[in-house]
Amino acid sequence: MISDFTLASARAALRQRDISALELTNHFLTAIDTLNPVLNAFITVTPDLARAQATAADAALARGEHGPLTGIPLAIKDLFCTAGVRTTAASRILEPFVPPYESTVSANLLRDGAIFLGKANLDEFAMGSSNATSAFGPVINPWTRAGDNRQLVPGGSSGGSAAAVAARLALGATATDTGGSIRQPASFCGIAGIKPTYGRCSRWGVVAFASSLDQAGPIARTVEDCAILLGSMAGHDPKDSTSANIAVPDFAAACRRGVKGLRIGVPREYRSDDMPAEIETMWQQGLSWLRDAGAEIVDVSLPHTKYGLATYYIVAPAEASSNLARYDGVRYGARTDGADLIELYENTRADGFGAEVKRRIMIGTYVLSAGYYDAYYIRAQKVRSLILKDFTDVFAKVDALLTPTAPSAAFGLGERMEDPLKMYFNDVFTVPANMAGIPGMSVPAGLDANGLPLGLQVLGKPFDEETVFAVAQAIETAAQFTTQPSIRAKG
Amino acid sequence: MAYTIEGNTGPWEIVVGLEVHAQVISKAKLFSGAATDFGAPPNSQVSFVDAAFPGMLPVLNQECVAQAVRTGLGLNAQINLTSRFDRKNYFYADLPSGYQISQFEHPIVGTGVVEIELADGSTRQIGVTRLHLEQDAGKSLHDQSPTKTYVDLNRSGVGLMEIVSEPDIRSPEEAGAYLRKLRSILRYLGTCDGNMEEGSMRADVNVSVRKSGEPYRTRCEVKNVNSIRFVMQAVEVEAIRQIEVWESGGEVRQETRLFDSARGETRSMRSKEDAHDYRYFPDPDLLPLVLEQSWVDGLRAALPELPDTKRARYITDYGLSAYDATTIVDEQNRAYFFEGLIKQGVPAKIAANSVLGAISARLKSENLDFEKASPNKLNEISGVSISVLLGFKEQKISWQVANTIIQTTSVCSTEDAMREIAANEQITDTSAIDAAVDAIMAANPDKVAEYRSGKDKLFGFFVGQVMKAMAGKGNPALVNAAIKAKLG
Repeated sequence: MISDFTLASARAALRQRDISALELTNHFLTAIDTLNPVLNAFITVTPDLARAQATAADAALARGEHGPLTGIPLAIKDLFCTAGVRTTAASRILEPFVPPYESTVSANLLRDGAIFLGKANLDEFAMGSSNATSAFGPVINPWTRAGDNRQLVPGGSSGGSAAAVAARLALGATATDTGGSIRQPASFCGIAGIKPTYGRCSRWGVVAFASSLDQAGPIARTVEDCAILLGSMAGHDPKDSTSANIAVPDFAAACRRGVKGLRIGVPREYRSDDMPAEIETMWQQGLSWLRDAGAEIVDVSLPHTKYGLATYYIVAPAEASSNLARYDGVRYGARTDGADLIELYENTRADGFGAEVKRRIMIGTYVLSAGYYDAYYIRAQKVRSLILKDFTDVFAKVDALLTPTAPSAAFGLGERMEDPLKMYFNDVFTVPANMAGIPGMSVPAGLDANGLPLGLQVLGKPFDEETVFAVAQAIETAAQFTTQPSIRAKG
Repeated sequence: MAYTIEGNTGPWEIVVGLEVHAQVISKAKLFSGAATDFGAPPNSQVSFVDAAFPGMLPVLNQECVAQAVRTGLGLNAQINLTSRFDRKNYFYADLPSGYQISQFEHPIVGTGVVEIELADGSTRQIGVTRLHLEQDAGKSLHDQSPTKTYVDLNRSGVGLMEIVSEPDIRSPEEAGAYLRKLRSILRYLGTCDGNMEEGSMRADVNVSVRKSGEPYRTRCEVKNVNSIRFVMQAVEVEAIRQIEVWESGGEVRQETRLFDSARGETRSMRSKEDAHDYRYFPDPDLLPLVLEQSWVDGLRAALPELPDTKRARYITDYGLSAYDATTIVDEQNRAYFFEGLIKQGVPAKIAANSVLGAISARLKSENLDFEKASPNKLNEISGVSISVLLGFKEQKISWQVANTIIQTTSVCSTEDAMREIAANEQITDTSAIDAAVDAIMAANPDKVAEYRSGKDKLFGFFVGQVMKAMAGKGNPALVNAAIKAKLG
């Protein structure tokens, strides 16, 4: 059954010519036709382009040429600019925007033979943890609570990517993670996702949210699938000054390393009284799996973690307030005219941005203002360097850290919208990795009492995604997570 | 004597600091690969980075960095091995990203000094506070349509060096001398073409006035003045305006003003209260700029000889007057022209006199000067001048003839010059000179008698007559000697 394919097994089937890229692509396009009206995982579907790419992939396969991803259908988060294909960032202000260029990450995937099914929904400008801020409507989580049909959020901001992969509408997806936007939706949707080290993937051509935190990464059903995708997405890009000139290792091989002899840290600050007991239980389960696989478990301290979220909500909005200044209606995107330039700006931005984006622009503008800059932005940068130092100190003693990915399972659509702080709290475990620039991966580890997936997060040293993959693979293998969401493509 | 302006309450000193925006000479913009040529059709030199399209990122152009370091070295300034780029946030239609990338807290170049020469022969040191790199904005065109403003982004992202002086300038003359010297240094370095008409060099002028011995009073900034003459005028009229404000019992308010060159006045643009809050913060798209000392040393070793060094060398090695030396080095092309003559064996003083005299006159008669003339034109005139001045040195032609040939615009090549020299070659044959002198004496017996009775001044009359008879070709020294001998 095609729906049972992982990316790795689909690739093997393509290479053995058991299935053609076109068959595979048509299968997913049909599945999207059926389920996207329910899930709203895609903002734009590109069937003609996908079929043309599939035909080219089949021709290449027939010639015996195969790249790492030849014939593999993917969803592309609608934050990655795609040449000739509308790129909206889930915002009204970019609704009509068709970029004439291809982001480096998506270009790398095309270079390796991937097929793009369409552009995945997300929180507007990647600002959100529920995918409810999209101007194109919320994404619905393919999972539901046992015996309860109420719709749940897929997490955010990469909710469309996560929902599409979980519902078997694509073999994998690109995503981005500024404060947890890959890991939290992966956890909510029962799939895997990795935010690599800052600088591992080029940010060129990715609509910017917070430049010092944004990092692209893959979402897929298995750890190995993520490793295969990241191998294609990553690499030095001279067009991004913050892209690291470091060779891309064989991530897929690293998945098979095992964890024997690794020291795994358990940061005590990630434990809190209001964390649901089942998450604590699952965390302990994860640690005992790793212990059984030969790892040593070590208690560690990250004393500044408690400031991570507060610091994040200064740094990220500050950068966003500046990054989003370019959406002014003058050169591209949506415009609402006005009597003069100021009115044009005001009308365009008032109509073009949603409430959450406006809130963050205002927070960011405020913290950068004269008189507040030192108290907020400068102090936040100082705390940020302390958070990084925490990790540096801890990684002198351990090889990786294990934590829960999120403080809860997926919540109901419409919940938490009235209280932004409650929503921001979703990112409490994921934000520190962005502040420090280190890699973090969420891997499904089990179900809560309602039958909803819960993820565990593996954090690693900068540019040591290989260890992260090895640890995540060990958990995946032990967890034997085979439950599937209630809404998914069949056949 | 310090410069002052006389008010009703006595003399006022003026205090001036200049912020000069100098466009970096570089094929590409500061953070994008787009070209920087002046005068290209609107929006033809714009990359997606310059137009701030979604997901576009700046990549620092290393050539612009090298140009800034060269300039810093030319200003005897501290080079900061670590500097940083910040975002200066404000909304305007010709600022596509909504922020200008600049260096706010950590500029690439720190304190330096510029030495200026004044008309009375004195020199002064003007401190340089800093030099930093930043992007230029685009251009808003308000005159293309009655209802719309058009935007040309060709200039958007072009690299600028902002060079900030200390408030060390005390007169309009010093302001002019500072700008001329700065421009001259930039041109020698090849880091900015200094062309104020095309906007590749612009000045913001900070002016305040005070009574002698007082601390600084409130200053006003006159924005974007685009010629040296206008800067000097702006300093003067703004100082006079401020003196009037103070003397009428008012208070000068800190504000930004515009210079209206047509009316010769400054006008308020915006007050300090209306000033933007630029929300500076480090640009997260760029890493700190870290330079290697050895790389800086390499740039230092490759610097051309700069005006101050050249001027000193002209005075000591060539025996030129301070004034001549200053005038020649002021313009890079003029100095190179002068040195070209010397290299071909023209004695320095002859070369200097000719460069400042006949050669400048020749350029002027062709509606040119050393700055405007093309390299080909300068080569052509150089070839002519070398032949002619060597002819003078070898006494083939007189100084007067030499000057005449150089200034003849139809003489355009070495061949033309050689022909003219041959046609005007001096007569050194003493028997021919003697014969000419004899003939003139024979024709003017009365003048001979007057001379011999003590009217020495008539000597010049005889020289003139003999030269005229010899069609100006008689060797002046030999003619003089012959007349002196024969008149006794």
